[in-house]
Amino acid sequence: MSIHHHPDDELLMSYAAGNLPEAWSLLVATHAALCPQCRSGVGAAECVGGALLDSEAQAPVSNSALAATLERIDVLSDRAPAPGAVVETGNPVFPQPLRGYAGGDIDTLRWRPLGRNARHIPLVKGPDGISARLLKISAGKPVPVHGHNGLELTMVLSGSFVDGDQRFARGDVETADETLEHRPEAEPGADCICLAVTDAPLRFRGVVARLVQPWVGI
Amino acid sequence: MNSAGHTPQDLNALLCAVGAKDRAAFEQLFKHFAPRVKSYILRLGSTDAAAEEIAQEVLVNVWRKAELYDPSRAAASTWIFTIARNLRIDTFRKENRPALDPNDPALVPDAPTPADILVEQNQISERIRQALMEMPDEQREVVHMSFFEDRTHAEISKLLAIPLGTVKSRIRLAFIRLKTSLDDSKKESEQ
Repeated sequence: MSIHHHPDDELLMSYAAGNLPEAWSLLVATHAALCPQCRSGVGAAECVGGALLDSEAQAPVSNSALAATLERIDVLSDRAPAPGAVVETGNPVFPQPLRGYAGGDIDTLRWRPLGRNARHIPLVKGPDGISARLLKISAGKPVPVHGHNGLELTMVLSGSFVDGDQRFARGDVETADETLEHRPEAEPGADCICLAVTDAPLRFRGVVARLVQPWVGI
Repeated sequence: MNSAGHTPQDLNALLCAVGAKDRAAFEQLFKHFAPRVKSYILRLGSTDAAAEEIAQEVLVNVWRKAELYDPSRAAASTWIFTIARNLRIDTFRKENRPALDPNDPALVPDAPTPADILVEQNQISERIRQALMEMPDEQREVVHMSFFEDRTHAEISKLLAIPLGTVKSRIRLAFIRLKTSLDDSKKESEQ
């Protein structure tokens, strides 16, 4: 598998710093699971955190802090076993952390209708209107023409879509902003399943799409 | 407050020893990192008492998770930074921080690295530190605000009264520098 479209470096940096809102973080982490290159980018950015921590000023801790902490780890050692990693088997389509958010893998989901050619499952509805959802676009079908009031990131998990002269397949992330109006179309053969994150409602051109929009919250 | 200066290699070795439940090593690690983590938390506007409580909690997590620490993947300070960062998000943001699972069967593994070009993590950290120092002030400033003041890029843009696009491009430029210095240290160890 080779990934051609990556999330912006700026998002990777924010994710590593720890101030990227949850819905965007879900997409970055899910992409990083499929993309060793971006995973290593996040790792590089985390080194910055380590370097800054090393050179950080030191705030004196109280004299009793060490003793208090040692007491806490003694309590831990007495009862809790070490955090053993649960190793899952099988060959899931959704990597973690997405599988956890979706409540299962691709074949266990309950899709809700979303217009004519699409279905969806809302996953995260954050403050500031930032939301994440799974989208399923029927094979060979387009989604209605729409523009954006903010940023929209769409990551392919299964199947593929084309948008203009670009093709997006598993792991690829399309970034759309206010300047882009588009009509992505699933390629024939398989439904296209994506993780989509937006920070503002989409702008649909068609009347029907605009009418149902408030109901489905997209 | 800090005991004798530790080299990054010392810190990695201490953290590995903590992984084997070595209490004396833990005490040394605590003395080195607890004041730094507390300072990091204090920057976020926390009270002294709360910052101390969180610093303790971070070190308790270090004890619990240390056996998962792999010095070939991250320097001790980087690893402890990620624990402090995650706890900070849990505590102050009250939201989840989605993270990948390195044992997930769906994870696409890294291309295998021949053992002889395994990069010393400490070398990488040293390179990153250098890249940070050599960065233009305006780039270092936004990186620092992002990592150590928990400011989103939109907040940084407001505080510095510069357009959001400028914040983003400074962050991107800083990131390119970091990646370049990382690639350089990889190439060096291949030679």
